[in-house]
Amino acid sequence: MSQGGFAPHGLAASGAREVSLTIPVAPEMEIVATAQAAALGEYLAMSRDKIDEVKLALVEACINAFEHADCSDEQLHLKFRLGGEPKGREWLEVEVLDKGKGFDSAKVEEPTIEKSFHSHRKRGWGLQIIKSLMDEVEITSGGGGTRILMRKYK
Amino acid sequence: MSESCKVNSERRGDVAILWTDGYINNQGGEEIAREAYAQLDGGARALVLNLEKTRIVNSIGISILIEVLEKVMDRKGALAFCGLTPTIDKTFRIMGLAQYAEIYPTQEEALRGVNPQPA
Repeated sequence: MSQGGFAPHGLAASGAREVSLTIPVAPEMEIVATAQAAALGEYLAMSRDKIDEVKLALVEACINAFEHADCSDEQLHLKFRLGGEPKGREWLEVEVLDKGKGFDSAKVEEPTIEKSFHSHRKRGWGLQIIKSLMDEVEITSGGGGTRILMRKYK
Repeated sequence: MSESCKVNSERRGDVAILWTDGYINNQGGEEIAREAYAQLDGGARALVLNLEKTRIVNSIGISILIEVLEKVMDRKGALAFCGLTPTIDKTFRIMGLAQYAEIYPTQEEALRGVNPQPA
């Protein structure tokens, strides 16, 4: 299952540069991940507002996995890539991979604030926030885990 | 590494201003809720949340802000936000929070908004 659409050109062909980071499933570890995203966004001379959008989308991807994935290795595996289209825009891409139980994003109910009022369930906004803040999002999930790939153009 | 959120508040008439400093996650949200409920129980009619020293509010923190909003609405009060970064502003609008709580650029405008002068 996947959604969103990445440009057909491969990352290798685009000359992407990659940084890997593994974080434990633990409170506030998502902030460690955002520091890496911010550093790479600054390297790309991305605007502060765009970096903030990447940071929040990354926070949401991490806390979704922390709360719901039930990761077998108690870790999240992150990859940060810098790349660009030939003679085109540069981008920062973040991949969040967990080895958890997976989920069917088609069955995730779209939240609204009205449903939240006077309901015990006020959560479930993570995917909507990620899709709204990033330029491209691809979600692949199954029994072996979930991979969220998200890209922001400079 | 911790960016735990600090919350301070001050009463101006029947309006309470709450200032946050740091990451609003579940703990930060609960700090805000605790301070907000204390102010409402102490007689505040309206709350102004000044987030100018906060750069990230995650969805757990926002869900707690929705609870605060609910309580304010139940009491026929008003809730306003100010000092939001463009990303937090965008997120609040995505979630529909802006339909029920006004967002102002500055604290002064927020105070005027929740406390309009009679014509």
